[in-house]
Amino acid sequence: MSTHSTSPVSYPRADVDPPSGSLFPHKHLLGIWNLDPTAIKFLLDTAEKYVDQNRQAKKTTPTCAGLTQINLFFENSTRTLMSFEIAGKRLGMDTISMATGSSSIKKGETLLDTAATLNAMHPDVLVMRHADSGAVKLLSEKMDCAVINAGDGRSEHPTQALLDALTIRRRKGKIHGQTIVISGDIAHSRVARSNIYLLNAMGARVRLVAPPTLLPKDVDRLGVEVFHRMDEGLKGADVVMMLRLQQERMTGAFLPSLREYYRFWGLTREKLAAAKEDVLVMHPGPMNRGVEIASDVADDIDRSAIEEQVEMGVAVRMACLDILTRELRGEALK
Amino acid sequence: MSMFFTNARIINPASDYDKKGSLAIVDGKIALYGDDIKAPKDAETIDCGGKILCPGLIDMRAHAVDSIAAAAGGITTVVLQPDQNTMIDTDAVVERIRRRAEDGSSSRVYPMGTATQRMEGQQIAEIGQMQQSGAVAFTDCRKAVSNAQVMRRLLEYATYFNALVVQYPEEPCLAGEGVAHEGETATRLGLIGIPAAAEAIQIERDARLAELTGSRIHFSMISSKEGVDAVRAAKKRGAKVTCSTAPHYLMLNDNALEGYRTFAKVMPPLREESDRLALVDGVADGTIDTLVSDHDPKSEDVKRLPFGQAAHGIVGFETLLALALAPVHAGKVEMMTVLEALTSTPASLLGLDTGTLAEGSPADIVIFDPDKPWRIGADALRSSAKNTPFDSLPVQGQVWRTIVGGDLLFKEDA
Repeated sequence: MSTHSTSPVSYPRADVDPPSGSLFPHKHLLGIWNLDPTAIKFLLDTAEKYVDQNRQAKKTTPTCAGLTQINLFFENSTRTLMSFEIAGKRLGMDTISMATGSSSIKKGETLLDTAATLNAMHPDVLVMRHADSGAVKLLSEKMDCAVINAGDGRSEHPTQALLDALTIRRRKGKIHGQTIVISGDIAHSRVARSNIYLLNAMGARVRLVAPPTLLPKDVDRLGVEVFHRMDEGLKGADVVMMLRLQQERMTGAFLPSLREYYRFWGLTREKLAAAKEDVLVMHPGPMNRGVEIASDVADDIDRSAIEEQVEMGVAVRMACLDILTRELRGEALK
Repeated sequence: MSMFFTNARIINPASDYDKKGSLAIVDGKIALYGDDIKAPKDAETIDCGGKILCPGLIDMRAHAVDSIAAAAGGITTVVLQPDQNTMIDTDAVVERIRRRAEDGSSSRVYPMGTATQRMEGQQIAEIGQMQQSGAVAFTDCRKAVSNAQVMRRLLEYATYFNALVVQYPEEPCLAGEGVAHEGETATRLGLIGIPAAAEAIQIERDARLAELTGSRIHFSMISSKEGVDAVRAAKKRGAKVTCSTAPHYLMLNDNALEGYRTFAKVMPPLREESDRLALVDGVADGTIDTLVSDHDPKSEDVKRLPFGQAAHGIVGFETLLALALAPVHAGKVEMMTVLEALTSTPASLLGLDTGTLAEGSPADIVIFDPDKPWRIGADALRSSAKNTPFDSLPVQGQVWRTIVGGDLLFKEDA
C-alpha cells in the first residue's frame, strides 16, 4: 500500500503488525496525542493516493457516496472549512457546512444539545472547529458518528499536523531524523501542539523557537528543545514551520510591537542562512507578510512549501474521511 | 432528654484528650465525659462499639447549606460563603440566614459576610453591623481584595471588631482568565494556566499588611507548595496568619484534568504532585490550620460544557471526613491533627462555642468508624448536585451518628 520503499530507516517498521490488529483503531480523529506511529503512517500513505487523484482532471470518486458530512465551525475559518468541503465532495459525500453565525449556540443552546440535535440527523462524519480546548472531545462523546477535530481552542488541529507531515515526507523523503523548527506563537497554537506530538511520534527532532512570552510553561516536557533566539534555533534545521502571529496578542502584553517581533523572530533570508541549504519553509496560513515571515522567503519556490501544504490539506482530509468511514462502508482497516 | 454514649474512643482536640470512655449529654449540652463515668438518670444508653466520638465538624467554607448532606458528612456547623444568590453583604441578609437556620433541627449555619461592598474590592463592607447580626468572618469569597490600600484599611478596621478577614489568595492579574494550574498538563491540554506564584504573591503581600496593621488574617484554599511556604514563613515571622485547604487538594493533582474532566475543575486549580505532597506536609506540621469542604453543588448543565466555560466547584460535605482521613491512614498525618483542623481550630478562629467536648458546651458531636471501608458513589450522595471527581473512589472512615444540640440528625442505616 505504501508508495515509499521500506528503507532501514523507515519508521515505523513496516514488517510489524500494529498492536491492536487494526491500522487505525479509533472511532474519531480528535487529536494526534493518542495516535501511534502506525496509525499516522497509515493516514499519510492513504493521503498519498489522494494526492494523485486530486491532480487528475476527474477528481471525484464515489468512495463515500451516500454518506453525509457535516462541517460545524464555531470559529471563523475559510481555508480549513473549504478544504474539508472539497475533500468530502471529491469522495462523493453530501457535505453540509454550518458556520458560527447561523448556529443556535448564539441563542444559548449548549454544545451537548447541539450534539443531540445533529446526531438525530444521522450524519456519518462530523467535522468540527471550536474556540474552546476540549470542546470537540466533549461533543464526540454524544455523537454516534465519526468526529474529526478541525481545531479546538489551543488544544489540537490534527489534520493540519498530518498535512504538514505529508508535505515534509514528500519533500524530504522521510520524517524520521529531520530537525524541524516550529517558530512563533506556540502558547496559543493548536497547530504547534499537534505538530509536536506527530513529529515526535515519527522520530523527528523538534525545536521550538519563540519569545519567552509565547512559550507555554513546561513545554520542554513535551519532548522538544526550546530556543529563544532564531539563529540558535535555526542552526542546521531541515524544516522551519512558522506559525501565524495573532494580531490580538499585542494587547495582552505578550509583545511590544509587530515591528520588534519581526526584527527578532520574523523569518528573513538572513536568519534562514543558519539553517541547512535545502531547508523547507512552511506556514499553516494565513500569513502575515512582514510580521512572522518575509515575502521573499515565503515566495522562494525552491524552499517554500506553503502552497503545497494547502494541496496536501485536501488529500489528508480525504484520507481522514475515507478511513473513519471504512467500517461503516464495510471495508476492513487492514 | 439525656443520652449516654459508651464504649467510644473519645477525642477532644481542644484539650488534647484521646481515651476510651463514655460521654453524657443532658438537655442538649455535654454534661461530662471520661473513662470512668456513670450514666445520668433516665439516660438512653448507646453503645458506640469502639468508634471515635469527637466534636461535630465545623466546615469553614461552604457555598450552599445542603443540610441533609452536611449531617451525613458529620458536619454540625456550616459556614456559608457570601456568594449566594442574594449576596451576604448587609446585616439584613445575615439576619435572614441566621433566622432560617435556627428554626428546624439541622446543622448550625453561620454566614460569612463580604469583606468589601458587593465584593467589588473598593469599599469596606459593613463589618460591624453584619457581625452583630451573626456573621462570623468576612471574605470576598473567590475574589481577592487586590487593592493593597483597601486591604490595609480593611484589616485595620476589622481589628476594632476583632473580626476575622478571610482572603482568597490569588493575585487576580496574574491569574487572569486561567482555568488550570500552569504546568505541563495545562500546556498539553491547551488550557490557560494560573501560576502557583499567583497564590504566594497574594499571601506574602497580605501577611505583610497583617503585620503592618497588627491584625489577623486567614487565607482560604491554599493549593500550592509556594503557598504553604509563604504561610509558613509568615507564621515564623510572627504574623497572625492562618490558612485552610480542602481535601481534594490533598487527594488529587492536575492529572485529574486529563480528558478535560470538568468535575475536577476547581478554584484554585488542582496543582502538581509536588504541591499535593507539600500540602499534606503542611497539614501534618500545622502550617495549614483548618480543612474545609468548599462544598459547591453545581448541576450537570453548568458542568458538562467545554472546560473553559464549565463551572468550577465540587460537592464536599459527605466526602470531607473520609478524604481528610486518607493521609491519616497513609501514616502522614496524626488523627488528632486532622480532627483539630476540622473542629477546635475553626471554632476558635470564628469564636464559636462548639468544636469542643468541654462540659456545658452545646452537644454537637459526630461518631464515626475511622476504618470502615466504603466507596464514594456520586448517585448515592445526598447533596443537591452530584458534581464530585471522586465517584467510585474507595475510602476509609464513615460517619455513624451526627448529633446537633442533643438532637440526632443523622444515623447510618447499616
